[in-house]
Amino acid sequence: MNPSAESSQPAITYLNHETSVMSWLLTRDHKRIGVMFLVGVIFSLLLGGIFAMVLRLELLTPGPTLISPMTYNRMFTLHGVIMVWLFMIPAIPSAFGNFVLPIMLGAKDVAFPRLNLASFYIYLAGALLTVFGMLWSGADTGWTFYTPYSTVSPSALTPILLGVFIIGFSTIITGLNFITTVHTMRAPGMHWTRIPLFVWAIYGTSVIQVVATPVLGMVLLLVSMERLLGAGIFDPSRGGDPVLFQHMFWFYSHPAVYIMVLPAMGVITEVVCAFSRKNIFGYRMIAASTFGIAFVGFFSWGHHMFVSGQSTFTSGIFGVLSMLVAIFTAIKIFNWVATMYGGSIDLRVPLLYVLGFIFLLMFGGMTGVAVATTSLDVHWHDTYFVVAHFHYIMVGAVLMAFLAALHYWWPKMFGRVYPERWSFLAAMTIIFGFIVTFLPQFLLGNLGMPRRYYQYPQEMQWLHVLSTAGASLLAFGFGLIAVYLLWSLRYGPVSAPNPWGSRGYEWFSGSPPAPHNFTRAPSFEREVHDYTVPEAPRVY
Amino acid sequence: MNEFFRRILFLPEQASTVSKDVDHLHYVIISTTMVAATIIFALAAYFLIRYRRRSETDVTPKVQGTLGWELLFIGLPLTTFLVWFFIGYHDFIRMQTPPRDAMDVYVVGKQWMWKFTYPEGPNSIGVLRVPVGRPVRLLLTSRDVIHSFFVPAFRIKQDALPGAYTQTWFEVTTPGTYRVMCAEYCGLKHSEMWAEVVALSQEDYEEWMKQQRQGLVARRDATPSAPEELSPLTPARRAATYDAQQPHGELMYAERGTLPERGERVAAAKGCLRCHTIDGTQHIGPTWLDLYMRRELLTSGETVVADEAYLTESMMKPLEKLVAGYEPVMPSFQGQLEAAEVAALLEYIKTLRSARLQDVESRGPVYEPIGGE
Repeated sequence: MNPSAESSQPAITYLNHETSVMSWLLTRDHKRIGVMFLVGVIFSLLLGGIFAMVLRLELLTPGPTLISPMTYNRMFTLHGVIMVWLFMIPAIPSAFGNFVLPIMLGAKDVAFPRLNLASFYIYLAGALLTVFGMLWSGADTGWTFYTPYSTVSPSALTPILLGVFIIGFSTIITGLNFITTVHTMRAPGMHWTRIPLFVWAIYGTSVIQVVATPVLGMVLLLVSMERLLGAGIFDPSRGGDPVLFQHMFWFYSHPAVYIMVLPAMGVITEVVCAFSRKNIFGYRMIAASTFGIAFVGFFSWGHHMFVSGQSTFTSGIFGVLSMLVAIFTAIKIFNWVATMYGGSIDLRVPLLYVLGFIFLLMFGGMTGVAVATTSLDVHWHDTYFVVAHFHYIMVGAVLMAFLAALHYWWPKMFGRVYPERWSFLAAMTIIFGFIVTFLPQFLLGNLGMPRRYYQYPQEMQWLHVLSTAGASLLAFGFGLIAVYLLWSLRYGPVSAPNPWGSRGYEWFSGSPPAPHNFTRAPSFEREVHDYTVPEAPRVY
Repeated sequence: MNEFFRRILFLPEQASTVSKDVDHLHYVIISTTMVAATIIFALAAYFLIRYRRRSETDVTPKVQGTLGWELLFIGLPLTTFLVWFFIGYHDFIRMQTPPRDAMDVYVVGKQWMWKFTYPEGPNSIGVLRVPVGRPVRLLLTSRDVIHSFFVPAFRIKQDALPGAYTQTWFEVTTPGTYRVMCAEYCGLKHSEMWAEVVALSQEDYEEWMKQQRQGLVARRDATPSAPEELSPLTPARRAATYDAQQPHGELMYAERGTLPERGERVAAAKGCLRCHTIDGTQHIGPTWLDLYMRRELLTSGETVVADEAYLTESMMKPLEKLVAGYEPVMPSFQGQLEAAEVAALLEYIKTLRSARLQDVESRGPVYEPIGGE
């Protein structure tokens, strides 16, 4: 289908130049590390998804359905912990960022390849400790670990806190590595204004990771100290402040939302350009808004605490600052749509996920503005409205972008093509399933259904049933994707080096790329995603 | 119009003075965002069709963003969002500022129930009775972890923090019964921590309060001797069978007098004073006079300070830390004493101070002025 199909495919690729197990486990190749991260985050997604499905089944009826209240409380905690720290935070930066970022910069590898490998093993160690903790006794605090409940909860929370603490180091190391790589490893000709927007997004994300994650580490250690030694930092009977935890936790966890969403936005920018065959509309504004979000994201944590007893004035300030995040997001959405103007649009599966992304981001973002409106948030705070809101914007964005990236870069990573029709069917199922799952939850929140409820009033049942039906569709869609991607790994037709005719820089290398990405030094004589003149297919 | 939007958005009834204003802003924001999102999405869909790929070798023009467009992209949402914010913040300030003439009710959240105390005396668990058309200020605190007092029909919510008081207020417009929920995850039975607000007409409320006061007076007049006189407390045990789907289990009893006064009656009723004296003489158990914060030598050789924690432990597990020189004869009162009775006993013990520590009349400064002749 693509005229470039006949062009040369490097015979030796990163996949086949060494094949022993040890060559994978001890690799310093950013591409292999990216693939290992990909496997790790997909396992986490599966685990977190199974928990989600059990939770949804439990909520089919107002009273007890499937599991006991204690099991339920533990499951929603672990669903959150796994999805946030084991899936959403590393999904795009650690898996796809690792794989394509150096290639996009024309580099052979990241700046610190050994640290890069270490970051994977640190992630693995943290993940295993977390899973060990939940098998050992489980935790029932919710992924937010609010004190003083988390300091008095009878379950053994400490292994999970330490697991998340350890994962934090993986995040920091990856961030440092990317920042250094962007600064020092760009190929000749790769000016700052030519850097692909995905790289800008990862760069902005890395800055947040490096600055914010230590705060999470501190607060998790403080909770562990409180539990193990009785430190009294959050205990009012000993002069501590239970709300202090919330400030410290959200100082990390609010920017963490952008650790998840910004890379997703980077993926979307790449995919929109590739399938619209257009340069991005407003390159500078998209790059600038990335840093706008990263910056403002640090000053809006207090919007999680409008009803916590903080002062009315403080709530107002945090409300206004939260609105600014929406402005920067709006800029991006407008620019993506404007990019399609005058393009040559090919609606393939990655672009379908982009449309799903824009839809979810728009509704998630708009409801975010509604939630930042202080008077409305009083009713919505800690209800299903918020659950639906953050699933739309955070989970929706990460999931859609993750799947878009997976399908867009699949031929790049493995040199194989997946079946178009099946992937289309799966994408439709997933987008539709997602909307059916979480749209009723907005209405449940309006009705006054608080989050983390095992039981609920009878009149809310049909909305829960609808939501569970949507979740089942989602599960089916994921199953479908797993089947055809695994099939394609072995039996999929061999892909052309640049199956989409994309002019993103990462397609300068072969698909799959050679061990050190390029067989000869790439030259960047045009801007990224410049489609104004025909270009001969090339593989460096 | 209001009713139409309320129904399609699944909002609960609007029973407080702020709920309508909150909802109106809600309608504006939801409809504006819906329309805007539809326009943007429709534009994307139009581009998808209008600019669909016609040949594999299509070449596209280079369209760059211009400052004018970007300013429009920024200015339009910024203006809209700020307008919403200021309207919302105006309402929020109102919701955060109780009127001066509001009546106070104390609210204590505890795993897993809400307890209400009126300054006039009555207490209740699970049911808050308020008059319609009068602002009510709630002073919230928690006995254990963070809870959040949420009345969907009033559009109010406020966290109850341990070790601190927070406040919120509402004024009910329509008589009726409204659901109260806990919105901050607080442990195993978080989803069963329900209560209800019963909004009565002014007259009904006055009548109810009068009955409560009569109960207070009647019981205060009764002779505080027999254990039977504590029987009004028994409905508290009924509250333990609190049904999540049908929040009732109401408890209405009057606290007679101050906590120390009640503690004195509890001590008599539960037989504490058969073994403990309050005048310093030695008996079967240690005397209560000056007991609070006293350093006690235990049979194990350790010492312990008789603070609230130790005194409570001694009631529940008397043999765990036995004071040296006494026989291990005290029975456990685990399950025999209510939390409120324990508190009353503690407060009573705290008041038992011997004269040498108090009631010493000041005789003024004993020093001479410095300097001078």
